Amino acid sequence: MTRRRIENWALTLVTLIAAAIWFFPLYWAGVTSLRSENNVVSADAGVIPDEFNPVSYIDALFNTRIPTWYWNSIGTSLIITVVVIVSGMMCAYALSQMRFPGRRLLYGIVLASFMIPSQALVVSQFILMNDLGLVNTWAGIILPQLVVPVVIIVYKQFFDAVPKELREAVLLDGGGEYTLLWKVYLPLNWGITTALAIITFIGAWNAFFWPFLIVTSESRMTIPVGITQVNDAFGVFYARLMSVALLGAMPVALAYLIFQRRVTEAVMISSGVKG
Amino acid sequence: MAMVSTNRRKHWLIAYSLIAPFLAIFLLAFGYPTWEVIRLSFTNAPLIGDGEFVGLANFERLFGDRMFFLSLKNNGYFLLLTVIPTTLIALGIALMVNRLSGRMQAFVLAIFFLPYILPVSVVTLIWQWMLDLQFGILQPVLEFTTGEPVAVFGNPYWVMPMIAVVTIWWTNGFNVLLFIAGLRNIPTELYEAAALDGAKRRQQFRRVTWPLLWPVTALVLTLQLILQLKIFDQIYLLSGGGPFNQSYVLLMLVYREAFQLNHGGYASAVALVLFVLIAVVSVLQFQLLRLAGGRR
Repeated sequence: MTRRRIENWALTLVTLIAAAIWFFPLYWAGVTSLRSENNVVSADAGVIPDEFNPVSYIDALFNTRIPTWYWNSIGTSLIITVVVIVSGMMCAYALSQMRFPGRRLLYGIVLASFMIPSQALVVSQFILMNDLGLVNTWAGIILPQLVVPVVIIVYKQFFDAVPKELREAVLLDGGGEYTLLWKVYLPLNWGITTALAIITFIGAWNAFFWPFLIVTSESRMTIPVGITQVNDAFGVFYARLMSVALLGAMPVALAYLIFQRRVTEAVMISSGVKG
Repeated sequence: MAMVSTNRRKHWLIAYSLIAPFLAIFLLAFGYPTWEVIRLSFTNAPLIGDGEFVGLANFERLFGDRMFFLSLKNNGYFLLLTVIPTTLIALGIALMVNRLSGRMQAFVLAIFFLPYILPVSVVTLIWQWMLDLQFGILQPVLEFTTGEPVAVFGNPYWVMPMIAVVTIWWTNGFNVLLFIAGLRNIPTELYEAAALDGAKRRQQFRRVTWPLLWPVTALVLTLQLILQLKIFDQIYLLSGGGPFNQSYVLLMLVYREAFQLNHGGYASAVALVLFVLIAVVSVLQFQLLRLAGGRR
């Protein structure tokens, strides 16, 4: 019994050491961002935090366009989230609860779009956005990010599980399909709705490739694209670079820490390991 | 069909109004571009403007293009460096985290998952600083193994393995989470029964955990395969495809041909190859998902 206990302690210790190693890059970015530029590159700068100097954060907030990029990221990510959730929910409801010609075809399209890699479409998507005059606009950033078929697949699973009696009762009372969706199916599935909304938002916030292609003007950039410009402008001022990096990570990191359980749940459900 | 009742027709109309938003977005943002990328791959169109139909010329060129094969090779190398290592690391971490309980488990899991929700450019900025040739905190470690500081992202041998390390650090949390979900789905009675039969920890893993975890493992492997085939962001930000094109990959070739050399048609042909590669793996993944779903 004692051997088993020693083994358990040792394993826990190993786990904690591994976690410490995994956390180190973020820790180190934090320590660096709070030092003065001179201290960052000085020979005696150790691993232990020795300075809490917010100057590089202030510098990043006031001397870069981070506030503009925040605004662009928040705006585009929110719009993407709302449109993806609402359109996905409506489509999933029709697929799950209604019978109509073309239903199987539609389901096929949803599954097919699940397999289409959007990265392989960037050339023609860019040409299309250019034809529509949407280069360097929010709409241009948003449009190709609106297809998130996994939202439909997850919603359909959850709608399928709602008892049929509920539906029949509402229909008998003279309620229509829209009433059912907004007054019955949506309230019953608030949990999964918030979960899906959070991961859609995080995904949109972190998108790099497409916003990087469609936006060339600094005033339209989102956070992930914008902060790469700071790199070019600052050169090797690492305290400022780390402040910028951590400021860019802050909103999603906070969202994750606040909604931790929902996020992990959503990730598990949308990849099919938990239903 | 002429006798379809008005009631039924109304039902259909409502259904179509419900699917219209998704369908419109899909056709505009995905359907039409899919058709276009196929059409463009048979033309010599520039990025902006019309081209002429050139038949299979782009694909013929593709098979004589050294950069194409180099990119394909680098994509393959990157898969080797990431897919199986990240799966094994994630499995190990998941087994360790799964032993813990309560707040401690939530805390440790959060640490491993946190990098996954960061934007890619945040990740690359941090690692560029950690591996900075002069001041990087990891340089002493490299110096210990090679005897001198290494500019890892400017070194043809180090560039891909280091990008793989960064990628694994960034995305591993997702795999850990899937494994933990898989571990939680294994009934505890099985472990109790195994313990009653006197099974050691290692035997428990071999006889109970591993076989029951296999569907999740297969899922992680295929998801990783798809994800890492689409690699672009980290490479673009860390090495730009260099040095000596040693980190050049297919999506980078698409980017350069289309957006820097203005070869819309040829870039589409390359993109189509990538498209087919990923589609094949995705179909495989979908089948696995169905298999796993059917078993529950």
